[in-house]
Amino acid sequence: MLEITSIEKGIVIDHIQAGTGIQLFNYLQLDKAEYTVALIINADSCKQGKKDIIKINNVIDIDYNFLGLLDPNITVNIIKDGKISEKVNLTVPQTITNIIKCKNPRCITSTENYFDQVFHLVDAEKRSYRCEYCDDIVIPHLH
Amino acid sequence: MLKNRSLIDPSDFSRQEFCEIFDLAHQIIANPEKYRKSCEGKILATLFYEPSTRTRFSFEAAMLRLGGKVVGFSEPSSSSAAKGESIADTVRTVECYADIVVMRHPKEGAPRVASRYVSIPLINAGDGGHQHPTQTLTDILTIQRLKGSVENKTYGFCGDLKFGRTVHSLIKFLSNHEGVKFYLISPEELRIPDYIREEIIIKNNIPFEEVEKMEPYMGELDFLYMTRVQRERFFNEEDYVRLKDRFILDAAKMKFASPSTYILHPLPRVNEISIEVDNDPRAQYFNQAKNGMFVRMALILKLLGIY
Repeated sequence: MLEITSIEKGIVIDHIQAGTGIQLFNYLQLDKAEYTVALIINADSCKQGKKDIIKINNVIDIDYNFLGLLDPNITVNIIKDGKISEKVNLTVPQTITNIIKCKNPRCITSTENYFDQVFHLVDAEKRSYRCEYCDDIVIPHLH
Repeated sequence: MLKNRSLIDPSDFSRQEFCEIFDLAHQIIANPEKYRKSCEGKILATLFYEPSTRTRFSFEAAMLRLGGKVVGFSEPSSSSAAKGESIADTVRTVECYADIVVMRHPKEGAPRVASRYVSIPLINAGDGGHQHPTQTLTDILTIQRLKGSVENKTYGFCGDLKFGRTVHSLIKFLSNHEGVKFYLISPEELRIPDYIREEIIIKNNIPFEEVEKMEPYMGELDFLYMTRVQRERFFNEEDYVRLKDRFILDAAKMKFASPSTYILHPLPRVNEISIEVDNDPRAQYFNQAKNGMFVRMALILKLLGIY
Protein backbone atom coordinates (compact mmCIF):
# COMPACT_ATOMS: atom_id res chain seq x y z
CA MET A 1 0.00 0.00 0.00
CA LEU A 2 1.36 3.37 -1.10
CA GLU A 3 1.46 5.84 1.81
CA ILE A 4 0.82 9.55 1.49
CA THR A 5 1.78 11.66 4.48
CA SER A 6 -1.18 13.06 6.39
CA ILE A 7 -1.76 16.79 6.27
CA GLU A 8 -1.90 19.34 9.10
CA LYS A 9 -4.23 21.87 7.55
CA GLY A 10 -6.14 21.40 4.33
CA ILE A 11 -8.83 19.42 2.55
CA VAL A 12 -9.25 15.76 1.74
CA ILE A 13 -11.74 14.94 -1.01
CA ASP A 14 -12.55 11.28 -0.52
CA HIS A 15 -14.70 8.58 -2.12
CA ILE A 16 -14.30 9.98 -5.61
CA GLN A 17 -15.48 7.45 -8.16
CA ALA A 18 -12.36 5.66 -9.43
CA GLY A 19 -11.15 7.16 -12.69
CA THR A 20 -12.81 10.56 -12.23
CA GLY A 21 -10.34 12.12 -9.79
CA ILE A 22 -8.35 13.63 -12.63
CA GLN A 23 -11.39 15.60 -13.91
CA LEU A 24 -11.97 17.02 -10.46
CA PHE A 25 -8.24 17.75 -10.12
CA ASN A 26 -8.37 19.67 -13.40
CA TYR A 27 -11.63 21.49 -12.54
CA LEU A 28 -10.12 22.71 -9.27
CA GLN A 29 -7.02 23.79 -11.26
CA LEU A 30 -4.79 21.98 -8.83
CA ASP A 31 -2.08 21.68 -11.47
CA LYS A 32 -1.44 25.38 -10.78
CA ALA A 33 -1.27 24.94 -6.99
CA GLU A 34 1.74 26.35 -5.14
CA TYR A 35 1.09 24.04 -2.18
CA THR A 36 1.32 20.27 -1.88
CA VAL A 37 -1.43 18.30 -3.58
CA ALA A 38 -1.79 14.54 -3.93
CA LEU A 39 -4.04 12.82 -6.43
CA ILE A 40 -4.41 9.18 -5.48
CA ILE A 41 -6.10 6.95 -8.01
CA ASN A 42 -7.42 3.43 -7.55
CA ALA A 43 -7.07 3.40 -3.77
CA ASP A 44 -8.68 0.42 -2.04
CA SER A 45 -12.16 1.15 -0.71
CA CYS A 46 -14.41 -1.04 1.43
CA LYS A 47 -17.56 0.59 -0.01
CA GLN A 48 -16.53 1.18 -3.62
CA GLY A 49 -13.83 -1.42 -4.28
CA LYS A 50 -11.63 1.29 -5.82
CA LYS A 51 -11.77 5.04 -5.36
CA ASP A 52 -9.80 8.20 -6.05
CA ILE A 53 -8.72 10.67 -3.36
CA ILE A 54 -7.38 14.21 -3.52
CA LYS A 55 -5.39 15.63 -0.60
CA ILE A 56 -4.79 19.37 -0.62
CA ASN A 57 -2.33 20.87 1.83
CA ASN A 58 -4.22 24.17 1.97
CA VAL A 59 -7.79 25.38 2.64
CA ILE A 60 -9.27 26.53 -0.64
CA ASP A 61 -12.76 27.58 -1.77
CA ILE A 62 -14.61 24.64 -3.31
CA ASP A 63 -17.89 24.79 -5.21
CA TYR A 64 -19.84 22.09 -3.36
CA ASN A 65 -22.63 22.36 -5.96
CA PHE A 66 -20.22 21.23 -8.65
CA LEU A 67 -18.94 18.40 -6.48
CA GLY A 68 -22.50 17.31 -5.64
CA LEU A 69 -23.35 17.36 -9.32
CA LEU A 70 -20.25 15.36 -10.19
CA ASP A 71 -20.96 12.74 -7.56
CA PRO A 72 -23.01 13.22 -4.36
CA ASN A 73 -21.17 10.26 -2.78
CA ILE A 74 -17.94 12.27 -2.57
CA THR A 75 -17.03 13.34 0.97
CA VAL A 76 -15.03 16.43 1.81
CA ASN A 77 -13.02 16.52 5.04
CA ILE A 78 -11.64 19.81 6.31
CA ILE A 79 -8.43 19.17 8.26
CA LYS A 80 -7.12 21.36 11.07
CA ASP A 81 -4.22 20.48 13.35
CA GLY A 82 -3.94 17.12 11.62
CA LYS A 83 -7.53 16.15 12.49
CA ILE A 84 -10.87 16.26 10.70
CA SER A 85 -12.57 19.44 11.91
CA GLU A 86 -15.53 19.31 9.52
CA LYS A 87 -17.08 16.66 7.31
CA VAL A 88 -19.12 17.97 4.40
CA ASN A 89 -21.76 15.61 3.06
CA LEU A 90 -22.67 16.52 -0.47
CA THR A 91 -26.12 16.43 -1.99
CA VAL A 92 -27.33 16.77 -5.57
CA PRO A 93 -27.83 20.56 -5.86
CA GLN A 94 -31.34 21.96 -6.37
CA THR A 95 -30.05 24.67 -8.69
CA ILE A 96 -26.86 24.88 -10.71
CA THR A 97 -25.59 28.11 -12.18
CA ASN A 98 -23.04 28.52 -14.98
CA ILE A 99 -21.77 24.94 -14.72
CA ILE A 100 -23.44 23.46 -17.82
CA LYS A 101 -24.94 24.99 -20.97
CA CYS A 102 -28.33 24.29 -22.53
CA LYS A 103 -28.04 22.16 -25.65
CA ASN A 104 -31.45 23.07 -27.09
CA PRO A 105 -30.69 25.03 -30.29
CA ARG A 106 -34.03 26.84 -29.89
CA CYS A 107 -33.14 28.15 -26.42
CA ILE A 108 -32.42 31.87 -26.03
CA THR A 109 -29.12 30.90 -24.38
CA SER A 110 -27.91 29.66 -27.78
CA THR A 111 -27.82 33.22 -29.12
CA GLU A 112 -27.61 35.56 -26.10
CA ASN A 113 -25.28 34.94 -23.19
CA TYR A 114 -25.06 37.99 -20.90
CA PHE A 115 -27.10 36.32 -18.14
CA ASP A 116 -26.58 33.27 -15.91
CA GLN A 117 -27.21 29.78 -17.29
CA VAL A 118 -29.48 28.34 -14.62
CA PHE A 119 -30.84 24.79 -14.29
CA HIS A 120 -33.25 23.36 -11.71
CA LEU A 121 -33.21 19.79 -10.40
CA VAL A 122 -35.97 17.56 -11.79
CA ASP A 123 -34.99 14.10 -10.54
CA ALA A 124 -32.21 13.60 -7.98
CA GLU A 125 -31.83 9.90 -8.77
CA LYS A 126 -31.38 10.46 -12.50
CA ARG A 127 -29.60 13.77 -11.79
CA SER A 128 -31.70 15.44 -14.48
CA TYR A 129 -32.08 19.20 -14.71
CA ARG A 130 -34.47 21.63 -16.42
CA CYS A 131 -33.24 24.75 -18.20
CA GLU A 132 -34.73 27.83 -16.52
CA TYR A 133 -35.44 29.47 -19.89
CA CYS A 134 -36.64 26.75 -22.32
CA ASP A 135 -37.50 23.94 -19.82
CA ASP A 136 -35.44 21.42 -21.81
CA ILE A 137 -34.41 18.51 -19.58
CA VAL A 138 -30.74 17.50 -19.54
CA ILE A 139 -28.57 15.04 -17.65
CA PRO A 140 -25.23 16.78 -17.14
CA HIS A 141 -22.23 14.70 -18.19
CA LEU A 142 -19.24 16.10 -16.37
CA HIS A 143 -16.99 13.06 -16.50
CA MET B 1 -52.44 41.57 -7.01
CA LEU B 2 -51.65 41.45 -10.71
CA LYS B 3 -50.56 45.09 -11.09
CA ASN B 4 -47.12 45.37 -12.68
CA ARG B 5 -46.66 41.60 -12.99
CA SER B 6 -45.46 39.83 -16.13
CA LEU B 7 -47.08 36.79 -17.74
CA ILE B 8 -44.41 34.55 -19.26
CA ASP B 9 -45.68 31.09 -18.34
CA PRO B 10 -49.05 29.82 -17.03
CA SER B 11 -47.39 28.99 -13.70
CA ASP B 12 -46.66 32.69 -13.08
CA PHE B 13 -50.21 33.33 -11.82
CA SER B 14 -52.29 31.51 -9.21
CA ARG B 15 -55.69 29.99 -9.94
CA GLN B 16 -57.30 32.89 -8.09
CA GLU B 17 -55.42 35.41 -10.21
CA PHE B 18 -56.50 33.70 -13.42
CA CYS B 19 -60.09 33.71 -12.13
CA GLU B 20 -59.88 37.51 -11.72
CA ILE B 21 -58.82 37.85 -15.36
CA PHE B 22 -61.60 35.56 -16.65
CA ASP B 23 -64.23 37.27 -14.49
CA LEU B 24 -63.22 40.62 -15.93
CA ALA B 25 -63.22 39.19 -19.48
CA HIS B 26 -66.81 37.97 -19.03
CA GLN B 27 -67.79 41.45 -17.77
CA ILE B 28 -66.12 43.09 -20.78
CA ILE B 29 -68.02 40.80 -23.17
CA ALA B 30 -71.27 41.72 -21.41
CA ASN B 31 -70.61 45.46 -21.50
CA PRO B 32 -67.65 46.50 -23.69
CA GLU B 33 -68.76 50.15 -23.77
CA LYS B 34 -67.92 50.54 -20.09
CA TYR B 35 -64.21 49.95 -20.76
CA ARG B 36 -63.64 51.99 -23.92
CA LYS B 37 -61.69 54.76 -22.20
CA SER B 38 -60.04 52.69 -19.47
CA CYS B 39 -56.56 52.88 -20.99
CA GLU B 40 -56.59 56.48 -22.22
CA GLY B 41 -53.04 57.85 -22.10
CA LYS B 42 -51.48 54.37 -21.93
CA ILE B 43 -49.21 52.83 -24.59
CA LEU B 44 -48.80 49.16 -25.44
CA ALA B 45 -45.56 48.14 -27.23
CA THR B 46 -45.76 45.07 -29.46
CA LEU B 47 -42.36 43.48 -30.19
CA PHE B 48 -42.97 40.70 -32.70
CA TYR B 49 -39.74 39.00 -33.77
CA GLU B 50 -41.84 36.32 -35.49
CA PRO B 51 -44.91 36.64 -37.76
CA SER B 52 -48.36 36.78 -36.20
CA THR B 53 -51.87 37.68 -37.27
CA ARG B 54 -54.31 36.84 -34.50
CA THR B 55 -52.13 37.41 -31.48
CA ARG B 56 -50.73 40.78 -32.62
CA PHE B 57 -54.03 42.03 -34.02
CA SER B 58 -55.95 40.93 -30.96
CA PHE B 59 -53.49 42.66 -28.61
CA GLU B 60 -53.58 45.81 -30.71
CA ALA B 61 -57.37 45.72 -31.05
CA ALA B 62 -57.65 45.07 -27.31
CA MET B 63 -55.58 48.15 -26.45
CA LEU B 64 -57.37 50.33 -29.00
CA ARG B 65 -60.79 49.22 -27.69
CA LEU B 66 -59.64 50.23 -24.21
CA GLY B 67 -58.79 53.71 -25.46
CA GLY B 68 -55.01 53.22 -25.38
CA LYS B 69 -52.41 53.49 -28.14
CA VAL B 70 -50.02 50.99 -29.71
CA VAL B 71 -46.42 51.20 -30.94
CA GLY B 72 -44.15 48.40 -32.11
CA PHE B 73 -42.78 46.28 -34.92
CA SER B 74 -44.13 43.17 -36.60
CA GLU B 75 -40.87 41.75 -37.90
CA PRO B 76 -37.31 42.01 -36.55
CA SER B 77 -35.91 43.38 -39.81
CA SER B 78 -37.66 46.67 -39.03
CA SER B 79 -36.11 46.95 -35.55
CA SER B 80 -32.64 47.25 -34.00
CA ALA B 81 -32.59 43.46 -33.70
CA ALA B 82 -31.44 43.53 -37.33
CA LYS B 83 -28.38 45.46 -36.13
CA GLY B 84 -27.63 42.82 -33.53
CA GLU B 85 -29.12 44.52 -30.48
CA SER B 86 -29.77 42.19 -27.54
CA ILE B 87 -33.35 41.70 -26.35
CA ALA B 88 -32.32 43.12 -22.96
CA ASP B 89 -31.25 46.42 -24.56
CA THR B 90 -34.32 46.51 -26.79
CA VAL B 91 -36.81 46.13 -23.94
CA ARG B 92 -34.93 48.59 -21.70
CA THR B 93 -35.30 51.13 -24.49
CA VAL B 94 -38.95 50.32 -25.14
CA GLU B 95 -39.66 50.71 -21.43
CA CYS B 96 -38.80 54.40 -21.80
CA TYR B 97 -41.76 54.88 -24.17
CA ALA B 98 -44.44 52.34 -23.23
CA ASP B 99 -46.47 51.23 -20.20
CA ILE B 100 -46.73 47.54 -21.08
CA VAL B 101 -44.88 45.26 -23.51
CA VAL B 102 -46.00 42.25 -25.55
CA MET B 103 -43.21 40.09 -27.00
CA ARG B 104 -43.17 37.20 -29.46
CA HIS B 105 -39.78 35.65 -30.16
CA PRO B 106 -38.59 32.53 -32.00
CA LYS B 107 -36.13 31.68 -29.23
CA GLU B 108 -37.50 29.77 -26.24
CA GLY B 109 -37.12 31.69 -22.99
CA ALA B 110 -36.55 35.08 -24.66
CA PRO B 111 -39.53 36.75 -22.91
CA ARG B 112 -38.34 35.38 -19.55
CA VAL B 113 -34.94 36.99 -20.09
CA ALA B 114 -36.53 40.25 -21.31
CA SER B 115 -38.86 40.47 -18.31
CA ARG B 116 -35.85 40.60 -15.99
CA TYR B 117 -34.60 43.82 -17.56
CA VAL B 118 -37.78 45.91 -17.24
CA SER B 119 -39.99 47.12 -14.42
CA ILE B 120 -43.17 47.39 -16.52
CA PRO B 121 -45.37 44.33 -17.26
CA LEU B 122 -44.19 42.09 -20.09
CA ILE B 123 -46.44 39.52 -21.74
CA ASN B 124 -45.17 36.45 -23.58
CA ALA B 125 -47.04 36.24 -26.89
CA GLY B 126 -45.29 33.00 -27.88
CA ASP B 127 -41.65 31.93 -27.58
CA GLY B 128 -40.56 29.35 -30.16
CA GLY B 129 -42.11 25.95 -29.51
CA HIS B 130 -42.21 26.60 -25.77
CA GLN B 131 -45.17 28.53 -24.28
CA HIS B 132 -48.03 30.78 -25.37
CA PRO B 133 -49.91 31.72 -22.18
CA THR B 134 -52.30 34.27 -23.68
CA GLN B 135 -53.55 31.67 -26.16
CA THR B 136 -54.33 29.61 -23.07
CA LEU B 137 -56.36 32.52 -21.69
CA THR B 138 -58.24 32.51 -24.99
CA ASP B 139 -58.77 28.75 -24.88
CA ILE B 140 -59.94 28.73 -21.26
CA LEU B 141 -62.37 31.60 -21.77
CA THR B 142 -63.82 29.67 -24.74
CA ILE B 143 -64.06 26.45 -22.70
CA GLN B 144 -65.79 28.31 -19.86
CA ARG B 145 -68.30 29.90 -22.22
CA LEU B 146 -69.09 26.56 -23.86
CA LYS B 147 -69.15 24.22 -20.86
CA GLY B 148 -69.08 26.40 -17.76
CA SER B 149 -65.82 25.20 -16.25
CA VAL B 150 -62.60 23.41 -17.16
CA GLU B 151 -62.83 20.77 -14.39
CA ASN B 152 -63.98 17.18 -14.88
CA LYS B 153 -63.49 17.17 -18.64
CA THR B 154 -61.67 14.98 -21.13
CA TYR B 155 -59.39 16.80 -23.53
CA GLY B 156 -57.85 15.47 -26.74
CA PHE B 157 -54.77 17.21 -28.12
CA CYS B 158 -53.95 16.31 -31.69
CA GLY B 159 -51.12 17.06 -34.13
CA ASP B 160 -47.77 18.59 -33.29
CA LEU B 161 -47.55 18.23 -29.53
CA LYS B 162 -43.77 18.57 -29.50
CA PHE B 163 -43.44 22.10 -30.85
CA GLY B 164 -47.05 23.19 -30.24
CA ARG B 165 -46.53 25.92 -27.65
CA THR B 166 -50.26 26.48 -27.24
CA VAL B 167 -50.64 22.83 -26.24
CA HIS B 168 -47.82 23.11 -23.68
CA SER B 169 -49.36 26.16 -22.03
CA LEU B 170 -52.89 24.75 -22.03
CA ILE B 171 -51.78 21.42 -20.53
CA LYS B 172 -49.82 23.32 -17.88
CA PHE B 173 -52.90 25.33 -16.97
CA LEU B 174 -55.36 22.40 -17.03
CA SER B 175 -53.08 20.14 -14.98
CA ASN B 176 -53.75 22.40 -12.02
CA HIS B 177 -57.47 21.51 -12.11
CA GLU B 178 -59.48 18.57 -10.80
CA GLY B 179 -60.92 15.76 -12.86
CA VAL B 180 -59.18 16.43 -16.15
CA LYS B 181 -58.03 13.63 -18.46
CA PHE B 182 -55.87 13.89 -21.58
CA TYR B 183 -55.61 11.96 -24.83
CA LEU B 184 -52.39 13.02 -26.55
CA ILE B 185 -52.79 12.14 -30.22
CA SER B 186 -49.65 12.53 -32.35
CA PRO B 187 -47.05 10.68 -34.36
CA GLU B 188 -44.26 9.35 -32.14
CA GLU B 189 -41.85 12.04 -33.39
CA LEU B 190 -44.18 14.85 -32.32
CA ARG B 191 -45.07 13.70 -28.83
CA ILE B 192 -45.11 16.19 -25.94
CA PRO B 193 -41.70 17.21 -24.53
CA ASP B 194 -40.36 15.28 -21.53
CA TYR B 195 -40.75 18.24 -19.19
CA ILE B 196 -44.50 18.45 -19.91
CA ARG B 197 -45.00 14.70 -19.43
CA GLU B 198 -42.81 14.28 -16.35
CA GLU B 199 -42.89 17.64 -14.63
CA ILE B 200 -46.50 18.59 -15.31
CA ILE B 201 -48.78 15.67 -16.18
CA ILE B 202 -47.26 12.85 -14.12
CA LYS B 203 -46.41 15.07 -11.13
CA ASN B 204 -50.04 16.22 -10.98
CA ASN B 205 -51.36 12.64 -11.29
CA ILE B 206 -53.36 13.47 -14.40
CA PRO B 207 -54.66 10.39 -16.24
CA PHE B 208 -53.35 10.45 -19.83
CA GLU B 209 -52.73 8.28 -22.85
CA GLU B 210 -50.35 8.89 -25.74
CA VAL B 211 -51.95 7.45 -28.86
CA GLU B 212 -51.52 7.61 -32.64
CA LYS B 213 -55.16 7.53 -33.82
CA MET B 214 -57.96 9.95 -33.07
CA GLU B 215 -61.10 8.02 -34.08
CA PRO B 216 -61.26 5.51 -31.17
CA TYR B 217 -61.15 8.29 -28.56
CA MET B 218 -63.25 11.06 -30.11
CA GLY B 219 -66.50 9.88 -28.55
CA GLU B 220 -65.05 10.39 -25.05
CA LEU B 221 -63.84 13.94 -25.58
CA ASP B 222 -65.36 17.16 -24.31
CA PHE B 223 -62.85 19.11 -26.39
CA LEU B 224 -60.61 18.15 -29.29
CA TYR B 225 -57.74 20.64 -29.59
CA MET B 226 -56.31 20.42 -33.09
CA THR B 227 -52.90 21.88 -33.96
CA ARG B 228 -50.94 22.59 -37.10
CA VAL B 229 -47.67 20.82 -37.87
CA GLN B 230 -45.46 23.90 -38.00
CA ARG B 231 -43.04 24.04 -40.91
CA GLU B 232 -41.02 26.80 -39.18
CA ARG B 233 -40.10 24.53 -36.24
CA PHE B 234 -38.41 21.87 -38.36
CA PHE B 235 -34.72 21.99 -39.21
CA ASN B 236 -35.36 19.33 -41.86
CA GLU B 237 -37.98 19.86 -44.60
CA GLU B 238 -38.26 16.11 -45.24
CA ASP B 239 -39.47 15.49 -41.69
CA TYR B 240 -42.08 18.22 -42.08
CA VAL B 241 -43.40 16.79 -45.36
CA ARG B 242 -43.54 13.28 -43.90
CA LEU B 243 -45.54 14.36 -40.82
CA LYS B 244 -47.74 17.24 -41.93
CA ASP B 245 -50.73 15.23 -43.20
CA ARG B 246 -50.91 12.58 -40.48
CA PHE B 247 -54.03 13.99 -38.80
CA ILE B 248 -56.74 15.66 -40.84
CA LEU B 249 -60.11 16.24 -39.22
CA ASP B 250 -62.90 16.03 -41.80
CA ALA B 251 -66.66 15.50 -41.79
CA ALA B 252 -66.23 11.71 -41.86
CA LYS B 253 -64.07 11.75 -38.71
CA MET B 254 -66.47 14.16 -37.00
CA LYS B 255 -69.01 11.31 -37.00
CA PHE B 256 -66.87 9.60 -34.34
CA ALA B 257 -67.22 12.62 -32.03
CA SER B 258 -70.12 13.01 -29.62
CA PRO B 259 -72.71 15.78 -30.15
CA SER B 260 -71.08 17.70 -27.30
CA THR B 261 -67.45 17.40 -28.43
CA TYR B 262 -66.23 20.87 -29.33
CA ILE B 263 -63.37 21.42 -31.76
CA LEU B 264 -60.77 24.04 -30.85
CA HIS B 265 -57.72 25.22 -32.79
CA PRO B 266 -55.37 28.11 -31.99
CA LEU B 267 -55.18 28.98 -35.72
CA PRO B 268 -53.76 29.46 -38.27
CA ARG B 269 -54.71 26.13 -39.79
CA VAL B 270 -53.30 24.73 -42.98
CA ASN B 271 -55.16 21.54 -43.83
CA GLU B 272 -55.51 19.74 -40.50
CA ILE B 273 -59.19 20.73 -40.28
CA SER B 274 -61.12 20.45 -43.54
CA ILE B 275 -63.14 23.51 -44.48
CA GLU B 276 -66.28 21.34 -44.48
CA VAL B 277 -66.00 21.11 -40.68
CA ASP B 278 -66.30 24.91 -40.29
CA ASN B 279 -70.10 24.86 -40.55
CA ASP B 280 -70.47 22.16 -37.88
CA PRO B 281 -71.77 23.89 -34.71
CA ARG B 282 -69.14 22.01 -32.73
CA ALA B 283 -66.35 23.88 -34.58
CA GLN B 284 -65.46 26.76 -32.25
CA TYR B 285 -62.08 27.98 -33.48
CA PHE B 286 -63.27 31.30 -34.87
CA ASN B 287 -65.11 32.04 -31.62
CA GLN B 288 -61.82 31.32 -29.86
CA ALA B 289 -60.14 34.04 -31.92
CA LYS B 290 -62.85 36.52 -30.92
CA ASN B 291 -62.58 35.60 -27.23
CA GLY B 292 -58.84 36.22 -27.50
CA MET B 293 -59.36 39.93 -27.85
CA PHE B 294 -61.66 40.18 -24.82
CA VAL B 295 -59.41 38.19 -22.53
CA ARG B 296 -56.37 40.23 -23.63
CA MET B 297 -58.34 43.38 -22.78
CA ALA B 298 -58.87 41.94 -19.30
CA LEU B 299 -55.19 41.00 -18.99
CA ILE B 300 -54.00 44.48 -19.99
CA LEU B 301 -56.38 46.11 -17.48
CA LYS B 302 -55.21 43.82 -14.68
CA LEU B 303 -51.47 44.18 -15.35
CA LEU B 304 -51.79 47.97 -15.56
CA GLY B 305 -53.70 47.92 -12.28
CA ILE B 306 -56.69 49.73 -13.77
CA TYR B 307 -59.24 47.08 -12.66
